[in-house]
Amino acid sequence: MTIEIPKLAYTGKIKEILLGQEGNNITVGGESCYPFHLFEGTMPHPPKIAMEVYDSVPEDWPEAAIEPFADVIHDPVAWAGKCIDVYGAEMIALQMASTDPNAENIPADKAAAIAKKVSDETDVPLIVWGCGDVDKDAEVLRSVCEICDGRNLIIGPVAEGNYRAIGATAIAYNHTVVASTPIDINLAKQLNILLGNLNVSDDKLIIDPSIGVIGYGLEYTYSVMERIRMAALTQEDERLQFPIILDLAKDVWKTKEVKLSEEEAPLLGNQKKRGILFEALTAQCLLMAGADVLIMRHPEAIALVKESIEELMNRREG
Amino acid sequence: MGLSGIEIFKKLPKTNCGKCGVPTCLAFAMKLATGQAEIEACPDISEEVKEEIGEASAPPVRTVIIGAGERAVKIGGEAFMFRHEKRFENPPVFTLFLSDKMDEETVSDRLTRFNNAVYERVGVVMRPELIAIKGDSGESSRFEALAAKVCRETDAGFVLMNEDTEALSRTVRACSGRKPLIYAATGNNLETLGNLALEFSCPLAVKGNNLEELAGFAERLVGMGLKDLVLDSGARTAGKVLEDQIIIRRSALMKRFKPFGFPTIVFPCEMTDDPMKEAMIACQMMTKYGSIIVLSGIEGHSIFPLLLASMNIFTDPQRPMTVEEKIYEIGAVDENSPVIITGNFSLTYFIVSGEIDSSRVPVYLLIKDTEGLSVLTAWAAGKFGADTIGVFIKKSGIEDRIKHRKLVIPGYLSSISGELEEELPGWKVLVGPREASHLPAYLKQLSQQ
Ligand code: B12
Ligand code: SF4
Repeated sequence: MTIEIPKLAYTGKIKEILLGQEGNNITVGGESCYPFHLFEGTMPHPPKIAMEVYDSVPEDWPEAAIEPFADVIHDPVAWAGKCIDVYGAEMIALQMASTDPNAENIPADKAAAIAKKVSDETDVPLIVWGCGDVDKDAEVLRSVCEICDGRNLIIGPVAEGNYRAIGATAIAYNHTVVASTPIDINLAKQLNILLGNLNVSDDKLIIDPSIGVIGYGLEYTYSVMERIRMAALTQEDERLQFPIILDLAKDVWKTKEVKLSEEEAPLLGNQKKRGILFEALTAQCLLMAGADVLIMRHPEAIALVKESIEELMNRREG
Repeated sequence: MGLSGIEIFKKLPKTNCGKCGVPTCLAFAMKLATGQAEIEACPDISEEVKEEIGEASAPPVRTVIIGAGERAVKIGGEAFMFRHEKRFENPPVFTLFLSDKMDEETVSDRLTRFNNAVYERVGVVMRPELIAIKGDSGESSRFEALAAKVCRETDAGFVLMNEDTEALSRTVRACSGRKPLIYAATGNNLETLGNLALEFSCPLAVKGNNLEELAGFAERLVGMGLKDLVLDSGARTAGKVLEDQIIIRRSALMKRFKPFGFPTIVFPCEMTDDPMKEAMIACQMMTKYGSIIVLSGIEGHSIFPLLLASMNIFTDPQRPMTVEEKIYEIGAVDENSPVIITGNFSLTYFIVSGEIDSSRVPVYLLIKDTEGLSVLTAWAAGKFGADTIGVFIKKSGIEDRIKHRKLVIPGYLSSISGELEEELPGWKVLVGPREASHLPAYLKQLSQQ
């Protein structure tokens, strides 16, 4: 019996964004179909994973997350080096956690100096991610933009409350920005319009719809991503046709379920494997909803996700 | 989709008797058309019309039940490609694979893990639901013995898999009351298994080597009068399974292609030897349209996140899970017990009450209606500010139950504490920790003061 395959007529396409600088460029985006729907469209650039590096020694991490980095955890440059040399990281995401006013609250110039060092020593595209405090991020990320002039860093999160300050500086020093909004398609579109009005060019923009992880709001992120892709690909919503990035590891590794030991919760199985799977399965769901860049932590979770991407890009029969 | 409200109305008794709980037949018809009512609610419709309407208003993916009694599970019943379009109906069923080649010990160990893997989350019980029993030892006695053991040792539903049609038939006959899923009708055994499923009213899986073959087989079975089918397209690579699952779901929804209007079965257990990779594949299939997902083993560290993720994807996007607005007494409270407030989002409530529970400090937990939003989301949406909390505390009646006037608020709301004290004269507002996991230590300290 022959069957007629019901294909969708996509009318839009995700923009291709060139990240990094000459010699280490990576392109993301470019999809002309829903995630991995390769029987009716193309994904010229499979999703990429950026490995996290912290600007200071992280607190409160479960043992499993520290273990792979124990030897480099005091030094962001060495940490980034290990991610690239040992774990084959395609991108690095420098987390400026110690800038948080609720934490160490290091000043912007000090933070920028750390970012500069990592940027100088790292030969893959570099994401620099603020602490999430709107005002502090404006200060810190602007300094980072200046001091790393011309490196085409990926700067985020850029939010409604600080997009003018960061956006303008990013344009001046030629970086790419991450437009970040709290799980809302209209707000996502609105911020992209505002950044466009500010003259951030379309090839310097990727979007962060905000993360909810397994057990903690995953479904909201998942659906807003599917809606964004639907609007971008089938409703010609030009202001949503951008690659999507997600900062997921942070939220995964702080959940209670990942922190419980096997003795405390025998039914939840091996703690290390559980942490890895919470991270990898969160990533897997996000891939199915349209992620282009995933900011991840554990090398084994990353390996699982990379392999899964390869499998999903492959249409072989058996 | 299906019949319109008016078309359904034409077939109703038109007496407006109201026995269906809706004042008029027209109103009832409209509800039926949008899936908000069950045809059974009207006692005066003839069986014939019932079938006609039922068929037309049924979801494009048929609901199939596997197993019997309390542990019977529903799969399928889906009408959408994306959860945000309305909602997904029945979460996929994670299934343990057992082979009659396994030794006793392995089987017992896996069964124990299966039976133990029961988790409660936001008041909902999650667990792997089915057991797939495969005969591949070539000895039918081993297969029959394994099926008998599973029957005895669990009340879960199961899938019986055997290429030996004779052995399969005998086993189905022996446990037909448990309504197992028979796996699988394919080229040469199609009629035998079709008749077997009809005779014992059991659901039947149908397997093709590709979508074309699958459609052909399914059509023949539908022609034989089978109603409860489960589809296996034969794909055993991640990319191909995804493609097949999408095409099957779309054919059912967009083209009303009857042979594909059934739930599916997929086999991560046959696709890798690495349990971690297996979990990844299972997760893919959970999001994209697998109904029965067969796993080689059940381990807490993989089944728990899988179940949790699946609960997320299958919650109703239009209705966050909530708990009732009221004063919850946790432990043996008295007039000196601490008073704590949070919102009525189920997740928030269950996390916070769980931590209070484990602290063993008796606490009055005040739940304010925040329309199912988390603490910060509710605050950002204007539903958990000082003004509304103030009003809520006063009318909650808590002032009559306690002697002190101290209120603990979530750490994330620290910015409202001053304003809240103004709203609540005589009260002292204490800012608790941000994360609920720090509550037990905080409460112990508080109760010592
Ligand atoms: C999922 C989500 C949503 C979902 C709603 C989910 C829900 N049911 O609430 C949706 C998509 C609908 C949503 C909408 C919005 N959201 Co929202 N959302 C989130 C997200 C990702 C997770 C929230 C969640 O589920 N948390 C889990 C629950 C369990 O956490 P919780 O209730 O806070 O409880 C914890 C603690 O507070 C503590 N706790 C709770 N009670 C108590 C009590 C005491 C006494 C103590 C001591 C502790 C304690 O214990 C819990 C576990 O530790 C967060 C970001 C994040 N990662 O946290 C943003 C976030 C909360 N949202 C935000 C915003 C701004 C919004 C919107 C206003 C955006 C908009 N303009 O549309 C809307 C508002 C909603 C509306 N208008 O209807 C902001 C809030 C910013 C701020 N600081 O005020 C956040 C922080 C995102 C951000 N960084 O910008 N959101
Ligand atoms: S019970 Fe039946 S006949 Fe009576 S009002 Fe409802 S639909 Fe009409």
